[in-house]
Amino acid sequence: MNRQSNIQSKAGTKNSCIDSCIMEGYNYAYLDEQTKRMIRRTILKAVAIPGHQVPFGSREMPLPYGWGTGGMQITASLIGSKDILKVIDQGADDTTNAVSIRRFFSRTAGVLTTTRTQEATLIQTRHRIPETHLIKDQIIIYQVPIPEPLRFIEPRDKEVRRMHALKEYGIMYVKLYEDIARHGRIAKAFDYPVLVNGRYIMSPSPIPKFDNPKMNRMPALQLFGAGREKRIYAVPPYTEVKSLDFDDYPFEVERWPLCCALCGSDSSYLDEIILDDKGSKLFVCSDTDHCNKRVDKGYRGNQEKPVQEAKTCIRTGERKCA
Amino acid sequence: MCMKDSNHIPLLKVKSISKYYGRRIGCRKIDFELWPGEVLGIVGESGSGKTTLLNCISGQMEPSEGAVWYAGNGGVIDMCAAPEPQRRLAMRTEMGTVYQNPRDGLRMHISAGGNIGERLMANGLRHYGKVRRKALNWLEKVEIDSERIDDIPVTFSGGMQQRLQIARNLVTNPRLVFMDEPTSGLDVSVQARLLDLLKGLVTELDLSMVMVTHDLAVTRLLAHRLIVMKDGEAVESGLTDQVLDDPQHPYTQLLVSSILHP
Repeated sequence: MNRQSNIQSKAGTKNSCIDSCIMEGYNYAYLDEQTKRMIRRTILKAVAIPGHQVPFGSREMPLPYGWGTGGMQITASLIGSKDILKVIDQGADDTTNAVSIRRFFSRTAGVLTTTRTQEATLIQTRHRIPETHLIKDQIIIYQVPIPEPLRFIEPRDKEVRRMHALKEYGIMYVKLYEDIARHGRIAKAFDYPVLVNGRYIMSPSPIPKFDNPKMNRMPALQLFGAGREKRIYAVPPYTEVKSLDFDDYPFEVERWPLCCALCGSDSSYLDEIILDDKGSKLFVCSDTDHCNKRVDKGYRGNQEKPVQEAKTCIRTGERKCA
Repeated sequence: MCMKDSNHIPLLKVKSISKYYGRRIGCRKIDFELWPGEVLGIVGESGSGKTTLLNCISGQMEPSEGAVWYAGNGGVIDMCAAPEPQRRLAMRTEMGTVYQNPRDGLRMHISAGGNIGERLMANGLRHYGKVRRKALNWLEKVEIDSERIDDIPVTFSGGMQQRLQIARNLVTNPRLVFMDEPTSGLDVSVQARLLDLLKGLVTELDLSMVMVTHDLAVTRLLAHRLIVMKDGEAVESGLTDQVLDDPQHPYTQLLVSSILHP
């Protein structure tokens, strides 16, 4: 097939890779079968109650907590030999975390990996949702550091669970109120709390709030794994996900004064890159796959855009591109 | 009028409430009724079971035996047996609790406005401007400078914290407020101002109140009726003036005679 050509693997075809690449001495995909079964049961429960955090017996993984142990355990328990895995870290396929996790699964499960969003069947992500629309039959797995959205306001775990059980979420709005009182707007820029299926308030993991609207009625299955906190939760396909806000301070996503310096995209999430000690900077797409795809199609950005114009853009709210 | 309709049944009916901590008695077989608009004082020495009783009847502690019926807007509910969601709804809309230590009743690192607004938002208000206006309104009522709305309570004086706690509880127009020694941590002049404020609010909002205190002067000023507790039991009860002017039980006599008259 045509898509095969873009898939990165050591061997030529899928089957020969599985035979030759799996490390000896480890079970398929690292975790033992009992653990995988336990995690699958947890996932089923999580999918049945959208947004509800289900405890599970998180295992030690061969990397530190906070580096994606939760997401990796979900991936390990779901991945089959025919799956194609994509791993991103803050949108990029070539960062250390993404490269290591991709290599981990190609060595322990012998699966094919890819950087292209539309080719992947499993996407493990840290802190971003790809710009390319996910389709049904894809699964996106989020690495979650702190699954409890109410944690910073109510430290007592017993009380927090009761608040979830009784749907007492007034305190979450107190947090938003405080933001507006102090900063004049809802200043939370990542891990922006959402209401799932009109019932549970959920932490979407530290994705930028720019990505929040993508979660709403997404055709792909969304799974969230927190290894240190031992929680799994899920948003099934086509589930309503609403970002919390006030009637007079509606939810808004970030805007940028410039377009991507490489591909000229004006609709993707941009990273600010500082170029030197004089404060010059440029913005590039955080989603490397999205950016490369556009560059391949012939789109180009304008790196010379002056910062002065950027300020005008912020005031008028317009995004102009060369 | 709404008042008239609910006048023929007590707002709170406490029937034979007991609380045991193992073999130790917290309080034993306490009965009373609280009528709409009434202020009931519970007095007694330290360790006599006042706070235990208050916690039992305000739904924060499960009594060992007995029952508490609350005649709220949604009909009569048994505070000991009602489902938790129903009980907690009543507690955060129609009741309020003012604690002795403001740290128990306030969120110390949330601004004054946020503290007052919490109950409003918990009850479904999703409009920042309205929450803000209501918070300003209540700060004014409890005599806190409106400029302090965005300050956190740790920067407030003890008296201000206590007044903020009162505002936070009264913002949803509750019918029943429980107070646990609201004035005991304050110096005398601040106490007097707070009592003045409370007296005004009770009459203005037609509040019913159960107030625990060891300060007889406070009850003389605010309470219509008194219950005197000793060793977990109610030893005497009656109209405030009657109990204080003509105490029958030896302990009450002791209590009344121990007030210093300068």
